[in-house]
Amino acid sequence: MAEVMSTSRAINAAMRVAMAEDPRVFLAGEDIGVYGGAFGVTDGLLGEFGAERVRDTPISEDIIVGMAVGAAITGMRPVIEMQFSDFVVNAMDPLVNQAAKLHFMYGGNVTVPMVLRLPGGGGTGAAEQHSQSLEAWFAHVPGLKVVAPSTPQDAHDLLLASINDPDPVVLVEHKLLYKAEGPVEVRGSLAEVDAAFAGTVPRRTGGDLTIVSYSRGCAVALDAAEALAADGVEATVLDLRSLRPLDLGPVIASVTATGRLLVTHEAPGPVGVGAEVVAGVVGSEAFDHLLVPPVRVTGRDNPMPYAPGLERATIPQVEDVVAAARRLMAEDD
Amino acid sequence: MEPLQLLAPDGTLTGDVPDGLDEDRLVGMMRLMLLGRRLDQKAIALQRRGKLGTYAPLSGQEAASVGSSFAMDPDVDHLVPQYREQLAMLHWGLPLGTYLLQRYGHPRGAELPEHRRLYPQQVALAAHAPHATGLAWGLRLRGERAAVICHFGDGASSEGDAHEAMNLAGVTGAPVIFVIQNNGWAISVPLHLQTRGVIARRADGVGIAGERVDGNDVLAMYAATRRARARALDGGGATLIEAVTYRLGAHTTADDPTKYVDADELEDARTRDPLTRYRTWLTGAGLWDEAREEAAVAWIDETVDEAVRVFDAAGPVDPGAMFDHVYADEPPRLARQRAEYLAALGGGA
Repeated sequence: MAEVMSTSRAINAAMRVAMAEDPRVFLAGEDIGVYGGAFGVTDGLLGEFGAERVRDTPISEDIIVGMAVGAAITGMRPVIEMQFSDFVVNAMDPLVNQAAKLHFMYGGNVTVPMVLRLPGGGGTGAAEQHSQSLEAWFAHVPGLKVVAPSTPQDAHDLLLASINDPDPVVLVEHKLLYKAEGPVEVRGSLAEVDAAFAGTVPRRTGGDLTIVSYSRGCAVALDAAEALAADGVEATVLDLRSLRPLDLGPVIASVTATGRLLVTHEAPGPVGVGAEVVAGVVGSEAFDHLLVPPVRVTGRDNPMPYAPGLERATIPQVEDVVAAARRLMAEDD
Repeated sequence: MEPLQLLAPDGTLTGDVPDGLDEDRLVGMMRLMLLGRRLDQKAIALQRRGKLGTYAPLSGQEAASVGSSFAMDPDVDHLVPQYREQLAMLHWGLPLGTYLLQRYGHPRGAELPEHRRLYPQQVALAAHAPHATGLAWGLRLRGERAAVICHFGDGASSEGDAHEAMNLAGVTGAPVIFVIQNNGWAISVPLHLQTRGVIARRADGVGIAGERVDGNDVLAMYAATRRARARALDGGGATLIEAVTYRLGAHTTADDPTKYVDADELEDARTRDPLTRYRTWLTGAGLWDEAREEAAVAWIDETVDEAVRVFDAAGPVDPGAMFDHVYADEPPRLARQRAEYLAALGGGA
């Protein structure tokens, strides 16, 4: 039975389910024990599972991820929390050069079933080095999977699916979503969630344009769609959920029907997920159905400013998506 | 490895007063330490009122900061600080008002003193330690007689950057002094989960000098750093100083230490307060009294009040500032974003 809970509780519940069921699952990260994690996501798990399985580590991101790779290839199921996604830059060698490649380089003789949780995104006043949306980096790397839930239920399910998955998975968590609440059906076991990643799903349907996003961008897109509906413009909002693999089928189908595509995300535009989505659509059968060129509404090209007003201006807001959608609607009138 | 100590916790002098400290400087250290303690209170109050962003209190670590700073020469030496080195930054000439603006994210907070021997405070852990090595190596290559001091914490000392910076400093003989403020905590993680070794001993592993110092003893911190500086200038290479101290406050204003700090342990740490220890000795030596304390407090209040006036007078942040300095040479795409954004603001959109 579903109950209403926050995204952070939903993730916490997923870890509890996995740890209770599978002794191979363990957690490691900075301040995840008695402190419960910088954002409270691991709160209470130390008391339940003990310090060996809820491991406070030294501040050494390189060895945390490197250790997880070693543990994973020898049969464990590490779930790693980067305190802030930005700190993963210190762990790019074990993640990109090792975790992503060992299955391939060892001829399939090992798998790397590790999960790396990355609390990212801006809007919390955490400044340049604690606010980035780096998901495109990881989606670019063969061998990694990247998922980015937008709802508490998906956060719960995608974490369980990630733990079940034989490949290394990067779980993109937006810090502003941690407190967002929604109905969550807590799974009874890992097996309840299909190991295959669920693909793109509609969060709203409308015939006038297609808005594509993921993670916190979905909330922005949905609010924008409501504002547009007040003007009589009905948008479909699609949630990608997984960035690699990327399920473009529903996007292509939707754009074929609406003829208009808008992609929005908080990460900067250049060489980003939005570029991949647009390229996939214009290279598909939907091309002939496009009424206007697709547009992207993304984070600006500057580092995230510390000053509160400027931070907001760097992140795409509902009004930015609405304005871009109105321009899309006007262009073919 | 017993920490070097010149002042016992009860304020008794157990060694000699180090060279280089005349009466003015002995008093100056006390005043700067007091300013630090008072600044914490004021800054936390400002943060709670929404005026500052995140603030990292330094209470308990005043002696480690001030003693190591006074042993350097800000007229020639370079400071590469981590957050929590407010006092070192002030000693290098950063106006307090500028510091407060920095803690708000105001672009004017990025203004550094003209002399450019002070670097912006580093927030990414140990990310500045390699810079310090590079800076020091550069000084040597240019034949300048000067040294670099770089502070970070016991938590940051676990980063690979810390090790790599010290190792390269050893290989190059760079004139750099790493001061590791071992305050017992990395947010909620106590030292024994950070490392099982003695931090100062890492110096042996990379072939640089190492000293373990009572970080709550401003005279010992001064003496050790002065020795390290002389070594650096004489071609003797780098030094690692482990300042054994204790974080009396929160990690930052975003932290709640009551979740993990044992109240008894904290009370015990307060008995080793660096301010009390130094004040006791200074008073006994005839260099400090109530009148001097009152004068110092008046000076501190005026300094902080003036800084807050500067802060308030800075005005709102210019909306275009977020596009400034992304590149030295602004590319057309960014120029377009700037123009569109400012036009939209101007048009009331």
